[in-house]
Amino acid sequence: MAGIVGYGAHLPRHRIKVEEIAKVWGADAPSYKKGLMLREKSVPPPDMDTITLSVEAARRALIRAQNVDPKDIGAIYIGSESHPYAVKPSGTTVAEAIGATPDIHCADFEFACKAGSEAMFVALSHIDSGAMPYALAIAGDTSQGAPSDALEFSAAAGAAAFIMGKENLIAECLYTHSWMNDVPDFWRREHEFYPQHAGRFTGEPAYFRTTMGASEAILKKAGMKPSDFKYAIFHQPNGKFPQRVSRMLGFTQEQIDPGWLAPRLGNTYSGASPIGLTATLDVSEPGDLIFMCSYGSGAGSDAFVWKVTERINEVRDLTIRTHKLLDENLTYVDYGTYAKFRRKIKKNY
Amino acid sequence: MSMFSARNWREYPQRYRMEASKFKKSGKTYFPPRDIDPETGDTEYEIVRLPDTGKLVTYTVIRVAPNMWGDEGPYALGIAELADGTRVMAQITDCNIDDVKIGMEIRVEFRRIQTEGHSGVLSYGYKFTPKWF
Amino acid sequence: MRDVCCVGVGMSKWGEVWERSLRQLFVDAATAAIKDSGVDHLDSLHVGCMSGGMFIGQEHIGALCADYLGMRGLPATHVESACASGGIAVRQGYIEVAAGVADIVMAAGVEKMTDCSGDDATAALAGAADKEYEVFHGATFPGLYAMMAHAHMHKYGTTPEMLATVSSKNHENGSMNPVAQYPFKVSVDQVLSSVMIADPLHILDCSPITDGASAIILTTEEIAKKLGKPYTKITGSGLATDAIQLADRTDLASIPSAALALERALKMAGKKLSDIDFAELHDCFTIAEIIIMEEIGLYERGKAGPAVLAGETRLDGKFPINTSGGLKAKGHPVGATGVAQMVELHKQLLGLAENGRQLKTSPKVGMAQNMGGTGASSAVHIMEVA
Repeated sequence: MAGIVGYGAHLPRHRIKVEEIAKVWGADAPSYKKGLMLREKSVPPPDMDTITLSVEAARRALIRAQNVDPKDIGAIYIGSESHPYAVKPSGTTVAEAIGATPDIHCADFEFACKAGSEAMFVALSHIDSGAMPYALAIAGDTSQGAPSDALEFSAAAGAAAFIMGKENLIAECLYTHSWMNDVPDFWRREHEFYPQHAGRFTGEPAYFRTTMGASEAILKKAGMKPSDFKYAIFHQPNGKFPQRVSRMLGFTQEQIDPGWLAPRLGNTYSGASPIGLTATLDVSEPGDLIFMCSYGSGAGSDAFVWKVTERINEVRDLTIRTHKLLDENLTYVDYGTYAKFRRKIKKNY
Repeated sequence: MSMFSARNWREYPQRYRMEASKFKKSGKTYFPPRDIDPETGDTEYEIVRLPDTGKLVTYTVIRVAPNMWGDEGPYALGIAELADGTRVMAQITDCNIDDVKIGMEIRVEFRRIQTEGHSGVLSYGYKFTPKWF
Repeated sequence: MRDVCCVGVGMSKWGEVWERSLRQLFVDAATAAIKDSGVDHLDSLHVGCMSGGMFIGQEHIGALCADYLGMRGLPATHVESACASGGIAVRQGYIEVAAGVADIVMAAGVEKMTDCSGDDATAALAGAADKEYEVFHGATFPGLYAMMAHAHMHKYGTTPEMLATVSSKNHENGSMNPVAQYPFKVSVDQVLSSVMIADPLHILDCSPITDGASAIILTTEEIAKKLGKPYTKITGSGLATDAIQLADRTDLASIPSAALALERALKMAGKKLSDIDFAELHDCFTIAEIIIMEEIGLYERGKAGPAVLAGETRLDGKFPINTSGGLKAKGHPVGATGVAQMVELHKQLLGLAENGRQLKTSPKVGMAQNMGGTGASSAVHIMEVA
């Protein structure tokens, strides 16, 4: 049985409040906060990108893995919609940085917000097939939101890394299921700087239908019901969607709470449910069942059923917990600094 | 053509993994690694990785910087003595520049160092952050 | 080894000299020096120039200068050691005469820094530091010296006021130097309220970007006597290197190459520090002058700052430093500086310094300390009345 041998996350320390963004565009902050159930989001400074976030997350995963030699990692997959290069995988730099080269398979994944869970899905497959002892899956993003667009209030940054293996697991992966169909709800054409979306169409026919499709399928496959689980994590483009879909499926607020980060973090895109998983693992107990379902526009969902093992007690505090990264050592920026950091200001070079 | 391709690639062990040379005779560590120990002339060494925590022994805040650092300015730059005694210079990021002081504890973090315009190479390496955990 | 005499000196215009190119600035200084000396030919030329290549895309400086001086065929050498290029050009000239390889040698320096953008000039200057382990990480020259300043302040309690006083003193001297780029006085308050470049260095703590050239003619005592005019002697030359990275310096508040170079120069001259009456020190930044004062043993560590405040290094002080105005007020065309320091020593020793900056104490022995980068190279020369 494949599962997680080590996990880790990394977040920027900078935040911007909804009020700061609303003020510039003359938008009504309280209604955005209420409608999105989000009050602030993380902002990556100019020296942070998907590659740097991934390196730090991967290093923490190695710490929690305790005895994994990077040279034994057989594959590195990074899922993101903000890979720093359009051509040249983020995985090459991250693998070099953690000392995992050269005998390693590498590919960058993209599928809007589920690129990260995709990497996890494929990494687990390699372990199940016996192709390699360890595979590293990283979910990270520093996504852009178009100025004055609703998504500008939520597009945030963060990364989570998982070393998948067969032995000494922190959490076993009992089931996976992937559900996908073609839905043009959110996209970015080649050479465009900002993505575009189809407004309200991104809701029911996209996020909810797809998430429900994957979630119901895996529950059926596993012969389980929501009440069997201790925790559940859904993709969180804002605070509201995961709350609603969890209720639709029959999960409770308590179940989603530890992994429900969007209200304070924003939407970390590929990182969203994976970072939620790291926060949930931080507080879980041996034997806990965790339900996870990502969502990526375009559209698809990857669902997972995890079972936490005894080893969680040994490793959770070997490095920093996700909630500490979320809540401590923060600094708030104004819109001008945010625009400068996010390279939204035109320059000559 | 990028001025950075070969030069960056050659420095990966130092910039990505902070590899240094520790000489057999003197036991001293040099970063970046070098082939000859300046103190003993010894040429036998092993490659070691530097620790990722340390203390600042000096710093400055660069307020007038070349254009390429424009998005990051003003920025703090300093020399830290890492836990094994080796000294390294790097930017101090994720800090309030007015709070930087000699003696401050730092942690090393992987960051983007330079961006070669819109179409060139991205250079990665190490920076310091104030140690808060 | 023969005695080496300086029989003539010359300077071009120093400042933002838009109308003169690198080769023209060199010819201006060289012609002035030849005229001052009365020699009718040269046997060899050494030109200090940090980077014709990075500032204006021009290499092959030795040949270029010999050609435009109208002396095709002349043996010419381009000398480079960052900001110590000029000092080492002087040393190379000294060695040739002392060793009997040439009889009449010109040691010159030139730098053209304003044809490129400020950004490009800064990048060229940064070549004096460690490109991969300092400049790559965002180090600028003011930044490197600022780090040394913070270390010095932390260790000894040196204050921004002490640094500013160095600048103010040098400006006072420079205001009397007809060649100076900035021939005006600057108060300590003006320095302290000028814009901060790299904490704790303000812009008025930093030497400027300058176009300029300087030249001196060195020859044997026999020829000097025949020329029939007053001359000086270079009696000691010392050169030393040190680690290029600031992080490799054991004591961040020191510049060991300066002490080593001085020791070598004093030994050659058969002199002690107490024999020296005045000095030109390399004040690329105000903190540099303070550290060098301690490094050469003039003051105990940490005591140079208070001495500066007390006026001990002013024109009328115990040990005048940078009577020319230093790099700060006179300007710092990198390759030319080391040679210009010798020009000032020569003038002071012969009683020829203009406008009231001539030392009234009839100095007999002067020293010049010229250094590259953050002190990875230092050249020290001792010059005396003949």
